[in-house]
Amino acid sequence: MKNIWTIAKREYDNYFASPLAYVIAAGLLFLLGGIFLIILQGSIQQAIFGGGTPVDIGFINQWFYYLLLWTVPALTMRLISDENRTGTLELLLTAPVRDFELVIGKWLGSFLYILSVIGVSFIFAIVANYLAEPGIDQVKMMSSYLGLILIAGALLALGTGISALFNNQIAAFFVTLALFIVLWLLIGIPASFFPSNPAIGDVFRYLQIGNHYESTFNAGVLYLSDVIYFLSLIAIGLFTGVTAVDSRRWR
Amino acid sequence: MIRVTDLTKDYGPRRALHSLSFEARQGEIIGFLGPNGAGKTTTMRILTGYMPPTSGEAIVAGYNVMEESIEVRKRVGYLPETVPLYNEMVVQDFLKFMAELRHIPNPEESVADALNMVGMTERAKGYIGNLSKGMRQRIGLAQALIHRPEVLILDEPSIGLDPGQVVELRKIIREIGRERTVLLSTHILSEAQQICDRVIIINKGKIVVEDTPENLQARLVGGERVVLRVRGDAAELSAKIEQVKGVQRLKSNPDGSLEFEYLPGHDVRPEVAKIITNGGYEMLEMKTLSLSLEDIFLELTKEQVVTPKKKRRL
Repeated sequence: MKNIWTIAKREYDNYFASPLAYVIAAGLLFLLGGIFLIILQGSIQQAIFGGGTPVDIGFINQWFYYLLLWTVPALTMRLISDENRTGTLELLLTAPVRDFELVIGKWLGSFLYILSVIGVSFIFAIVANYLAEPGIDQVKMMSSYLGLILIAGALLALGTGISALFNNQIAAFFVTLALFIVLWLLIGIPASFFPSNPAIGDVFRYLQIGNHYESTFNAGVLYLSDVIYFLSLIAIGLFTGVTAVDSRRWR
Repeated sequence: MIRVTDLTKDYGPRRALHSLSFEARQGEIIGFLGPNGAGKTTTMRILTGYMPPTSGEAIVAGYNVMEESIEVRKRVGYLPETVPLYNEMVVQDFLKFMAELRHIPNPEESVADALNMVGMTERAKGYIGNLSKGMRQRIGLAQALIHRPEVLILDEPSIGLDPGQVVELRKIIREIGRERTVLLSTHILSEAQQICDRVIIINKGKIVVEDTPENLQARLVGGERVVLRVRGDAAELSAKIEQVKGVQRLKSNPDGSLEFEYLPGHDVRPEVAKIITNGGYEMLEMKTLSLSLEDIFLELTKEQVVTPKKKRRL
């Protein structure tokens, strides 16, 4: 277990050793700041006169989730593929580190990075809360952030798993991105082909990421099935990673 | 301690190791010699738990590499051939990372010790990416030594080092080899000759020979090689010399000189000289060359070497 933390810590520090992490964090926060501006404009009246409904911070996290689909592949692409390419994997796997510790450590490192960015974006919620009266719906905000954290964890786990399959980070990037686009958009399309059999349609709809966030977590409604959905994605991603690392060793 | 029994490894249809067996005791430095693709790196990767053998058994530091891989890895220090390091990391951070992975109680202290051992203390705060090849090699060695392993496995440790660094490296290895087991691969024969207690020559995944460097030289080569240069009919002379008892492997070189070997203790030179003078030949030169490990190596791994370069004797 200590190894997981050691690897995660190195990975986290490593993000800040390259400009990529700063560029992604700055880009994310800049775009989300723009969304926040729009929200603020909408609540000027509230800020002046008070009353009305609470400010909906969910709109920002909705966008955060869209942006994650495009940035997570860049964050995870080199996690394991680069270790493979440069041969440092040999160094790690001849040290007393188990395969799952390596993969979970890598994932945890990237997860901590995204958590830091999510932490910074929390400023939006705090500002909105104090700027307008009656502030924001805090329960809804909590649920929205919880959902966002689960989405980030799931996407990062899938990206980590795919990274382990490749030697080349660009290949890992595009495969990860393609998977995310499928999970985000494309997998919902077949659902409309089965109008007579809603059960099949439901299967496809269940696989779509947005259906587990947009109208549930982000609307302040928690379903166990949504939590299970994200936890299973995390499990699938990490399992893929461990299997890929393991298979390299046994080839 | 390393004990390898019938180790076999297949890469798909290609057999990289053919039931290899050898042993290395504590305090012994073993040199692993062989041409490229002989199976040196494969053997080392199996011993370090990076990949499993297809069949056979390997015991390292008292543990089976298959069943107790983690225990083996705790006790082995390994320098891979390519010296993989994280270029974007600072030297001391990298070593601390490796020390933490190995659960060393006092990481900072061990890092300082390891850096001191390889003489890289003054570069501790520099980035690995800025180091020269030789310095990377030394950081790789520091990483392998950081947990004071019982068994040290070094894959071509002296490649890319300048002569001064090679001397230094050999000193470090000999120091370590005093109480630990060291297995190192090389294709620099003089290196094996200088630092190893025992040499294992492998070719095409099989052990060709295993002995001390001195014995190898004495046993295999046998003896001295004589190069002879005369003015006159070399073919006729060659036939005469062949008659002399003790002369072996007589051949004529393209440059007109004759070359033969004799076993130690059967010095045939006086007799050969007599033939030359009696036959009226003019002797230009007669010199002995002792066979080096290099020659043995070429001899033993002959099929592998595509075009053995003819050494110019004159």
